[in-house]
Amino acid sequence: MNKRRLSNSTLTRHDLQIITDWIEPNSRVMDLGCGNGNLLKHLQKDKGVSGYGIELDPALVAQSIDNGINVIQTNLDHGLGHFDSGSFDYVILSLTLQAIRNPKALLEEMLRVGKQGIVTFPNFAYWHNRWQIAIGGNMPVSEELPYKWYDTPNIHLCTLKDFHGLCEQLGFTIESSIAVKQNGKQSMTLKLFPNLFGEIALCRFSD
Amino acid sequence: MSIAENSIGIVSPQTARFDQVLELESQGQLASYDIVYETYGTLNSQASNAILVAHALSGDHHAAGHHDDTGKTEGWWNNLIGPNKPIDTNRFFVVCCNNLGGCGGSTGPSSINPATGKTYGTDFPIVTVKDWVESQARLSDLLGIQQWAAVVGGSLGGMQALQWSISYPQRIRHAIVIASAAKLSAQNIGFNDVARQAIRTDPEFFDGDYYQHNSSPSKGLRVARMLGHITYLSDDLLANKFGRDLRQKAKFDYEFTPEFEVESYLRYQGDRFVKRFDANTYLLMTKALDYFDPAAAYDHDLAKALQKVTAEFLVVSFSSDWRFTTERSREIVRALQTNKLNVSYAEVESPHGHDSFLFELEDYASVLRAYTNRIADECEGANNE
Repeated sequence: MNKRRLSNSTLTRHDLQIITDWIEPNSRVMDLGCGNGNLLKHLQKDKGVSGYGIELDPALVAQSIDNGINVIQTNLDHGLGHFDSGSFDYVILSLTLQAIRNPKALLEEMLRVGKQGIVTFPNFAYWHNRWQIAIGGNMPVSEELPYKWYDTPNIHLCTLKDFHGLCEQLGFTIESSIAVKQNGKQSMTLKLFPNLFGEIALCRFSD
Repeated sequence: MSIAENSIGIVSPQTARFDQVLELESQGQLASYDIVYETYGTLNSQASNAILVAHALSGDHHAAGHHDDTGKTEGWWNNLIGPNKPIDTNRFFVVCCNNLGGCGGSTGPSSINPATGKTYGTDFPIVTVKDWVESQARLSDLLGIQQWAAVVGGSLGGMQALQWSISYPQRIRHAIVIASAAKLSAQNIGFNDVARQAIRTDPEFFDGDYYQHNSSPSKGLRVARMLGHITYLSDDLLANKFGRDLRQKAKFDYEFTPEFEVESYLRYQGDRFVKRFDANTYLLMTKALDYFDPAAAYDHDLAKALQKVTAEFLVVSFSSDWRFTTERSREIVRALQTNKLNVSYAEVESPHGHDSFLFELEDYASVLRAYTNRIADECEGANNE
């Protein structure tokens, strides 16, 4: 199994479309943990957005440049202190939240520099994860979370319900929230029980 | 050692003569002057693929290739400029000139002052980064380059790339600013002044007119270079390279001869440097570094100073560079972002300190290559339209 770090390089076309639909044309976008820059490239082409990707991995920084996006090499654990307040319409944190040391502080930073935040993360309450713990007695290992408990960079896993709880605590307003399957298929059970049947959670929030 | 196959090969410098007065920031002027430069690659029919490489304190116009086949005359950035290298001479027309005040052939303190018929010495006016950009703009005119695809430089060279974007926003599409800063810190100015004092207090300095005395303040210049060299490397690098190793013996001599490896290394570097460099040029270059501060005229607000900039930027810094720290580069990046300009920034892990920009480090080279590829694609795309 390819144990590449989760990032928006691994977003499916379906997830990409949901985020794209949320973004107003010609807006200013910052993409935290931009990976190879695919999402921002897609948004530049599709929505005429401008902005910057943030990435720490040197190989992915070079790939982002190659992809034609602006990329700033920064460790998100050091915060967004180098960015002016209110300078972006959207700050996206895609499949990266789970690897952040202080997610709460970063979420607050996202709404300092941006008007809206968009977060996507692997929903730890997905039934298969629950199954692995409940029946197998092991920490879940899956395509989204391919690591063993001792070598995982994913130190802050949460469920869709947990994330909503944190947003409430921080006084954020959830603008949109959706849970999807990796294969992009919608179903009634997914709609009714997103925290149980959603593999990836996507949330858009504001102050 | 022979010339590597992927080198641009044997190159030779050219000299351009300018007879139009150059008014300088210091209120001085140069009535006429020479600029020595080299070019690599071919200028395309629309003159859109030209890259200006600006040199740092001790550099010159000989950035790539070799002057002969001895293997001893390699250009200072030959590892990064050449066929299929990050600055690819198959795709770009690369220009590098020796800056005014230099000692590589362009008019400088050791040149003859036409007004007196003697060497300039300290009569050579103080030149600044802005003045260099002015002189480089004239060279661009001469070469038929209306707009640079990019201006690239490390350290003091990066300052010139930044100044180009401010002085001539319409004449530069990309600026690549490496291991540089928008202004020096007090610590940096301090180091520069120690270097200058070493030169100026050398009894052979003769108020800068040492050429008349067939002499040179080489002891002072040597100390200046030794000091500089320590600060261009990192503590870790010196520790790993030399540690506390002794030259020959296992025991101390309890004398003042050079006993530690690091002492003999620095002395060797100093000796090598004084053979090729002019002390007055060293003084001028360090002053140009100290004076550079484009934000000063804009309430010390760099973002304001960059308001008219249109160029896209690549900014690169190195983790172990304590003379031009990553924080100085981030200041530039932030000011560019405030102006909503296109900028990419790489913070490269490197043990080599400030000198990192001269090395072909993997992460550094790949970022540079990715960025210059983009520029070349733009040039070639525009050409095919």
